[in-house]
Amino acid sequence: MTMRHELARVITSREVARGIIRLAVRSPLIAATALPGQFVNVRVDHRSLYPLLRRPFSVSRTDGEVCELLFNVVGPGTERLAAKRADDTIDMIGPLGKPFCLDHEIGTAVIVAGGLGVAPFPFLTAALEKKGARILTLLGARTRAMVIRDHLTDVRVATDDGSEGLKGTVVDLLERTLSGGQTPNPKIFGCGPTPMLRALSAVAAARDIPCELSLEGSMACGVGLCQGCPVERTAGGRKYALVCTDGPTFESTEITL
Amino acid sequence: MSATAEPAVKTSFRIRDVEFRNRVFVASGTFGYGDETRDLIDISRLGGIFTKSLSWKARDGNPPGRIVETAGGMLNSIGLANIGVHRFIEEKLPKLRTCGTAVIANIAASSVDEYADVLRLLEEQEGIAGYEINVSCPNVKEGGLNFGTSCERTGEITRRLRPLTNRPLIVKLTPNVTHVSEFARTVEGEGADAISLINTLIGMSVDVRTRRPRLSTVTGGLSGPAIKPVALAKVYEAARAVAIPVFGVGGITSAEDAIEFLLVGATAVQVGTMNFVDPGISATIAADMATFARAQGVRDMNEFVGAVRANPDASVIQSWL
Repeated sequence: MTMRHELARVITSREVARGIIRLAVRSPLIAATALPGQFVNVRVDHRSLYPLLRRPFSVSRTDGEVCELLFNVVGPGTERLAAKRADDTIDMIGPLGKPFCLDHEIGTAVIVAGGLGVAPFPFLTAALEKKGARILTLLGARTRAMVIRDHLTDVRVATDDGSEGLKGTVVDLLERTLSGGQTPNPKIFGCGPTPMLRALSAVAAARDIPCELSLEGSMACGVGLCQGCPVERTAGGRKYALVCTDGPTFESTEITL
Repeated sequence: MSATAEPAVKTSFRIRDVEFRNRVFVASGTFGYGDETRDLIDISRLGGIFTKSLSWKARDGNPPGRIVETAGGMLNSIGLANIGVHRFIEEKLPKLRTCGTAVIANIAASSVDEYADVLRLLEEQEGIAGYEINVSCPNVKEGGLNFGTSCERTGEITRRLRPLTNRPLIVKLTPNVTHVSEFARTVEGEGADAISLINTLIGMSVDVRTRRPRLSTVTGGLSGPAIKPVALAKVYEAARAVAIPVFGVGGITSAEDAIEFLLVGATAVQVGTMNFVDPGISATIAADMATFARAQGVRDMNEFVGAVRANPDASVIQSWL
């Protein structure tokens, strides 16, 4: 897989929920080759040394020459990224990392996303639809206004405050859904905060359901140079895998969170 | 490309029998084993590559919480994670032999014997131009900085390794000492062919909400543009103390930064943290240095080395505006 370094031009920037931005950029080289689960490493301003390091973002969706990123404003990098307008540029390296594994037969793809963990799933949904898998999407959010459901299929919601769907966590919602018996031959795809992924892994293990997780990690380079993003492996020779090059997608049984 | 025939700038230089193409290298630990980013850079355009530190056995490295961004820089505590010298020889070296530039193996160890063992094994291999001895990693408990902050131990390691090779032997020094010039003189006296400095400065960062250190090892090594002024001062001090070549390292982001290091006495430079931001930047810096030299009427990069003038320039404030 070839990684590209591309100066992408912003097409649109929309605040889809409070503090959550969907940025569409024209990046023909990266958009043409990216696969669901992969990420791009973004230098917000290539003429400036501040912020110094790139920020990794899942490719949320591609459409022809366009890549979409979904992020929330949490610091100086995302603040500047959120201020980008049409025709501004961002410097991207990508596509990076290992995509979701879609090689096997999937009866029901159960997508489980906590908060901004929804980011990689519009892209995955498009690929799963092409594959003909049945898709069920479970979204967890703090409150109704934070639910982002575009380009997803068969969405069910859990909110912390009960303003929409189940009052509880998205993992509670998953337990209920799986107990409902409407999910033959399931595979779980999860992304979200680490405590949620930990709970998700436990559910998958208890029910012996294959589960693939997309992880975040603080990383400097995104390409395996800095060794900055280790995640503990459950078995095998090496103690750590790298989120950037061994992941960001992992089978839940491969890693210890 | 300019169509007019411009006089070529001599960029090469020599240490022992090795002729290096130009003055720009990638620093150890910032460029892996040279095969990670081949899509993004033609490494044959570099003076050479310093490999990730190699130890006798593979090292897992430190737990997560290895990287923190700070103002103008980053802290790291990787802990010398590496595949070990045996796997390096089997898997990485064959590819590196054909990469078209000089490969300098960086060696890290927790005992003097281990340094010697790793070097002896590499000495049997073709395709290694020389060695850089890491006596200054701040992130491993045993060895590492314990060697690098002791002038006696640094000298002892150099003395032990020198007879084992005729290839260039470069010792990488830490800035976390009072007088780096003493260390430079000591390793020169023990037969080192060159020194490189600086390794990272010890630093720390705390999350004020959780009141916890951000790095798993509490303190780590600071690198990036933030440390360039410190690095320049240390290179200036060391270069005036020794006759052997100095590799200047610390916060280089551009050809002008690199030239600044040459002016204070570095023969060549290593680009570090910026490789993470832009894996192609070292090749760009090498090309831009030649362009700058031409614009200055300089025919040989050596004309820059140590050419800093004695009198400070009070008009410097203009370049801040």
